[in-house]
Amino acid sequence: MTTPASLVDRHVGFVHALREAGLPVSPAEGLDAAHALMVVDLTERETLREAYAATLVKRPAHRPGFDLLFDLWFPPVIGGTQEGPEESTAEGTAEGAAVVETAAPPELPELRERLAELLMGDPADPAFREFARAMVGRFGQVQAAPGRQSWFSFPVLRALSPETLVARMLTAMLDERGGLPEKVARRQIARTIEAFTEAVASDVRRRIAEESGIEKIARSAVRPPIDQVDFLRASKEELARLRREVYPLARRLATRLSIRQKRGRRGRLDFRRTVRASLSTGGVPLTTHLRPPRPHRPELVVLCDASDSVSTFSHFTLLLTFALREQFTKVRAFAFVDTVDEITDLFAPGADVLDAIARLTETADIVRFGRTDYGHVFERFAERFPDAVGPRTSLLILGDARSNYQVPALGTLKRLAGQARHAYWLNPEPRARWDTGDSIATPYGSVVSMHECRNVAQLAAFVETLAS
Amino acid sequence: MWFASPDEVRGRLTAVDYLADDGIATSVFLAGALGKPLLAEGPAGGGKTQLAKAVAEATGARLIRLQCYEGLDEARALYEWNYKKQLLRIQADDGAWDDIFSEEFLLERPLLKAIRSEEPTVLLIDETDKADVEVEGLLLEILSDYQITIPELGTITAARRPYVVLTSNATRELSEALKRRCLYLHLGYPTPERERDILLAQVPGLPASIAGQLARTVATLRALELKKSPSIAETVDWAHTLLALGRTELDEALIGQTLGVVLKHNSDQVRAAKELGLPSRS
Repeated sequence: MTTPASLVDRHVGFVHALREAGLPVSPAEGLDAAHALMVVDLTERETLREAYAATLVKRPAHRPGFDLLFDLWFPPVIGGTQEGPEESTAEGTAEGAAVVETAAPPELPELRERLAELLMGDPADPAFREFARAMVGRFGQVQAAPGRQSWFSFPVLRALSPETLVARMLTAMLDERGGLPEKVARRQIARTIEAFTEAVASDVRRRIAEESGIEKIARSAVRPPIDQVDFLRASKEELARLRREVYPLARRLATRLSIRQKRGRRGRLDFRRTVRASLSTGGVPLTTHLRPPRPHRPELVVLCDASDSVSTFSHFTLLLTFALREQFTKVRAFAFVDTVDEITDLFAPGADVLDAIARLTETADIVRFGRTDYGHVFERFAERFPDAVGPRTSLLILGDARSNYQVPALGTLKRLAGQARHAYWLNPEPRARWDTGDSIATPYGSVVSMHECRNVAQLAAFVETLAS
Repeated sequence: MWFASPDEVRGRLTAVDYLADDGIATSVFLAGALGKPLLAEGPAGGGKTQLAKAVAEATGARLIRLQCYEGLDEARALYEWNYKKQLLRIQADDGAWDDIFSEEFLLERPLLKAIRSEEPTVLLIDETDKADVEVEGLLLEILSDYQITIPELGTITAARRPYVVLTSNATRELSEALKRRCLYLHLGYPTPERERDILLAQVPGLPASIAGQLARTVATLRALELKKSPSIAETVDWAHTLLALGRTELDEALIGQTLGVVLKHNSDQVRAAKELGLPSRS
């Protein structure tokens, strides 16, 4: 980073890595970033980071991936420890790993004491990161394969186990336990522990990058932005973040849909007004008047698979359709595993949707034997709710089309689809896995048009086609 | 030059009671140094509009504001000819056909005003996402070349580049072309430490202990899955409320009674009361 040439190389490499991780960085933006580098103080690492962020990252969802790559390409300069690890870990790890395996090192209580102290403070404190770094150096190296050492975060977290410090910290922070103060304190501790875990993980990545090259770790470490996260493979935190996305997403979609509705198709010719207007021009109709477009608001019937394998997907989609309630005249929702029940009431306006989802499995009669059976579900649906699907309804089926080798009841589904104005099937599985095992995606797909819907981006695109 | 360094930005913004973190300070500095517009995006009540006002106040520049709304068009954003005056002139003087498209009959709208301004100017284009997509096209020429073409008068180039701040609540995605021309700043929810400092700066007379407690409580509220998380502006309102009530201690009963200041949906209030164990209002 001393000579301009190496700075340019690093800049180009970094921009390339960002593109590789799926951030759309245009050449013009790359140039902007280079201009920014000319005017900021390059020794200020946080300023450099923000300068890159301001010029290259134009979507909040891309920021976590950007930060991770920035830490790899522009690692913090760490005084003193740089030459230390080489030799100290050479003998230190053989020993250190052994120590972790057998017995806790004698100074561990003190380290944990120090950790507790830091966790009660501000995670932006430089001492916080320094401690995380030191702890990775102390505990993080593990024999990955015979003769090969590698860095991991779990031995660090296992040795220090910050979660077991929570009770002690709560006692130190509060006069008395319980009530709101404890909730607030717990939240604060959870935040600092998360920051500590992230600091450890970031230092582990830095060390791996130092030893085996940035590109290698960069490719595996960056997770896709939240709207690209696969519903079926989302982790617990990602799910929570996804649910938070529902309302902003619904608002965005609603705006876009109403804009389209306003300007999209013009209405039919308003003959009366056109003729009246022509009187002022001597009976020549110079300007034509059109009727305002009639708003098209589909009635929506959602049939959603509530079995565990796809529940994350169908819950999210249900939340979204109910958040978009004003875009549809009427939404009715039915859930099923191997029999079907109506769940519309659970999503009444103003009701708490998380509660609704929690109550879904308790209150609704959707399970007989506990294994998904699409065939039986369609039969029961047609029998119990014959009036649900009418000529103005869009029928939306959410599920993976895996029916545990039961009778598919294609005829019934075909009849249902025929009654509806439109029928769609959203399948959260990647297209490549359709028809494998007990999936009967193609037979169902021949009756109802089936769409792959693996992430928020695909879902949003689908909702737009639905309401237009 | 607007600012010499990010540190100077921070110092001067702090002087006008706007607390900038690394991200804000660097982007505000770069927007001035590179002469590029700054697009601030984030949830409502996060201090986006306030940022533009603070920049204007800190630099002593004039603030020109263009509030965007659905149906905003050229005539409201850019310029318009004063038809009535033109008609009167033609009626008064038959030979005036050539003169009616001149400076005298031009009505300046915010964008033209900002471009022609001789003194330092901060141009705030507020809630860009509320405007129609066509307005973005209009902005592109102005924001990349700082010039406006008026067919009757020719091209008007900025005498002095205004400092442009665009804000957006992200109710719709702005076009890639517009985003590409801007520096991007996401103003999300602050850390409890920063929010405490904001409270202390914005609400004079607020005891530091309450500010810290409020900031941490709001952070806890934001961690819940709510329809609408409380914004910074609402936290500030909450602090004002507590001051007005003359309370110096924040307890559960008080939080339960004043929860309506920060949570505006009934289901959110019920949820918060349940999750935090607050006494329910009955």
